[in-house]
Amino acid sequence: MVDTTTVTEMVAERRPPDLRRGLLGWLQANLFNTLLNGAVTLVTVALLAMVLWPVLQWAVFQADWLGNSREACSGEGACWVFISARFESIVYGFYPGAERWRVDLVFAALAILIAWLAIPRLPAKRWVGLFAMVAFPVIAFFLLVGGVFGLEQVPTGNWGGVMLTLTIATVGIVGSLPIGIVLALGRRSQMPLVRGFCVVFIEFWRGVPLITVLFMASVMLPLFVPSQVEFDKLLRALVGIMFFWSAYMAEVVRGGLQAIPSGQEEAAKAMGMGYWQRMGLIVLPQALKLVIPGIVNTFIALFKDTSLVLIIGLFDLLAIIRSGLTDSDWLGFATEGYVFAALVFWVFCFSMSRYSQHIERRLHTGHRN
Amino acid sequence: MLRSSSRERGPLWRDPTFRALLVQGILLLALGAFIAMVVSNTMANLEARGISTGFGFLQDRAGFSIPQTLIDYSGDSTYARTFVVGLLNTLLVSAMGIVAATLIGFAVGIARLSPNWLLARLATAYVEIFRNIPLLVQILFWYFAVLQALPSPQNSHSLFEVIFLNVRGLVLPDPQPLAGFAATPWALLVAVIATWWLARHAKQRQAKTGRPLPVFKLGALLLIGLPSVVFVATGMPLEWSLPAFKGFNFQGGVTVLPELIALWLALSIYTASFIAEIVRSGIQSVPQGQVEAAQALSLPGGIILRKVVIPQAMRVIVPQLTSQHLNLIKNSSLATAIGYPDLVAVFSGTALNVTGQAIEIVAMTMAVYLLINLIVSALMNLYNARTLLKER
Repeated sequence: MVDTTTVTEMVAERRPPDLRRGLLGWLQANLFNTLLNGAVTLVTVALLAMVLWPVLQWAVFQADWLGNSREACSGEGACWVFISARFESIVYGFYPGAERWRVDLVFAALAILIAWLAIPRLPAKRWVGLFAMVAFPVIAFFLLVGGVFGLEQVPTGNWGGVMLTLTIATVGIVGSLPIGIVLALGRRSQMPLVRGFCVVFIEFWRGVPLITVLFMASVMLPLFVPSQVEFDKLLRALVGIMFFWSAYMAEVVRGGLQAIPSGQEEAAKAMGMGYWQRMGLIVLPQALKLVIPGIVNTFIALFKDTSLVLIIGLFDLLAIIRSGLTDSDWLGFATEGYVFAALVFWVFCFSMSRYSQHIERRLHTGHRN
Repeated sequence: MLRSSSRERGPLWRDPTFRALLVQGILLLALGAFIAMVVSNTMANLEARGISTGFGFLQDRAGFSIPQTLIDYSGDSTYARTFVVGLLNTLLVSAMGIVAATLIGFAVGIARLSPNWLLARLATAYVEIFRNIPLLVQILFWYFAVLQALPSPQNSHSLFEVIFLNVRGLVLPDPQPLAGFAATPWALLVAVIATWWLARHAKQRQAKTGRPLPVFKLGALLLIGLPSVVFVATGMPLEWSLPAFKGFNFQGGVTVLPELIALWLALSIYTASFIAEIVRSGIQSVPQGQVEAAQALSLPGGIILRKVVIPQAMRVIVPQLTSQHLNLIKNSSLATAIGYPDLVAVFSGTALNVTGQAIEIVAMTMAVYLLINLIVSALMNLYNARTLLKER
């Protein structure tokens, strides 16, 4: 008798069911899973090719990279010689050549401080942070301005380029963060006069464009002080920028303060702590940690808006490039100039936004709904 | 009383009520002293420079021309009229920018959530590129690198020989209404009111009987049909002034300034990158359970999107969207960098330089933006109160 259930022959080979694996499988799952998606993919690829290819041709393959004068430009693609020929002034502005080591020193120190604060593993964050917010600005001020300890004085009119952009951004954040914290605390105060003042102050600066603030700083501020006081142009812009961004900073910090359960403050009160002890030791450390991403985002916005000082006649990175475009030897390189400016700003802002996202993920321990 | 007796025992400066009064008193004194100092300094400085204060200058003849005016304006007009012209130009570019930025922003934000990998990545790239480049750089790029590189009027790019693009701007056909055209806008207004009434009626009917009305189709028919019928019935009283190149420039048609195009492009593209992120996070904020519950009730996909996902997402999106719109209005003041005649450029720029009335002019300019801000914030608070989650 033949056992019908016994298989006596080898089962014929079949193709493995792995259509969804490998490059083809991935393509099918992600780009061509439906007819509509396939069409969308094809249109997108066609559009990308139409835009990207000429851009790459212009910016990389047919571009002129080497040389130091206009003769090096072939005119087929971008001429990056325009940038490299003026690189020194783009970085330092009109800072005298022999004194540029001071700028290098300040920004190297700044880079080290920021790296120290940004890398989680390094110790003594509190002391480094305190140094960066209090001592460093004073040291940097004397190094950059000079006039003491045998350093030659460099008037702020000679500052420019990346150096000025970074200076404005740094002063902006160092100045606006403490003012913003005080304003945020004031807005939550029980005292009606203090609260009212803070609300009006914050809403005023948040309601007007930065450009009118800069106009105000450059044309109205000199009227507000006695006529014998000379008010430096850069200083006026910095005052405007600091007040303007402190209002935004205050709203960010307020968001953090609201997120701290009131039990924290009540517990501190029960321990007999005074107002500044409660805020400084219990509430603010928790609140500020929560809003680090918001602070970084405000800083990105501040950094981008430093370019506005061009309108009141300061020579930041963008203004230096723009003034280079009017040089009669280098007419017609607007695209190269603005693309380069955009690239520099983009690199700074993109890395900061990545860092802020990283922090957000790191601080987000659980509680995700 | 227990409290007052404990207060009597401690020193006065330990008393919270006294301390609050003290702090506020000091703040008031400091503020008063500061304001008094600023006012007296300003008065002295103005006197030294021979500048008179007050708003009398608004009635003086301005004496300069403005390249784009939405109302009649000439060099003989007053500074008050300069102010209005600038304000209208600001509102024009803001309105154009808000519409375009919202459309692009929603498209990109939804594209970021697309199941199509390439499209989603492309949308991400758009957001990451444009929100990380300063707006001013983008404005200058569009103006100097793109629009200034366009051909001269003789060699314009043209679309069907009706629309022309050249270095002096975009030349469009200009509609000229003839007698009897006024009936068409009135018909449109009637159609809008009728559609609004229809939508309300349909809602009430569905609540009562459970039977829906095809509001969208009927409304579209009304909105397009009624004005068209009236337009044809009155004998199509509209004439197009077509642009034509004669001599050195275009005759006829209406020219859109390149400054306006550059500013509009930059504002829309920049703000859209922020709106896209708001739309994405808004849609993602709707819990998955909501969609699953709707599916369990076997609602069709379109209804789930329209009646479950979008209303809940909008509650998150709208407040942030409004603040982006406000940012766009404030950012339109960067017009002054390329010479688009907005409020800041013609009033805080040209008029201030001519008259020297710094305080009045800067204050008026700031007041305009503050007022817009306050009005929109008030409306927003109203909306928030209405759409607030009703917790049980």
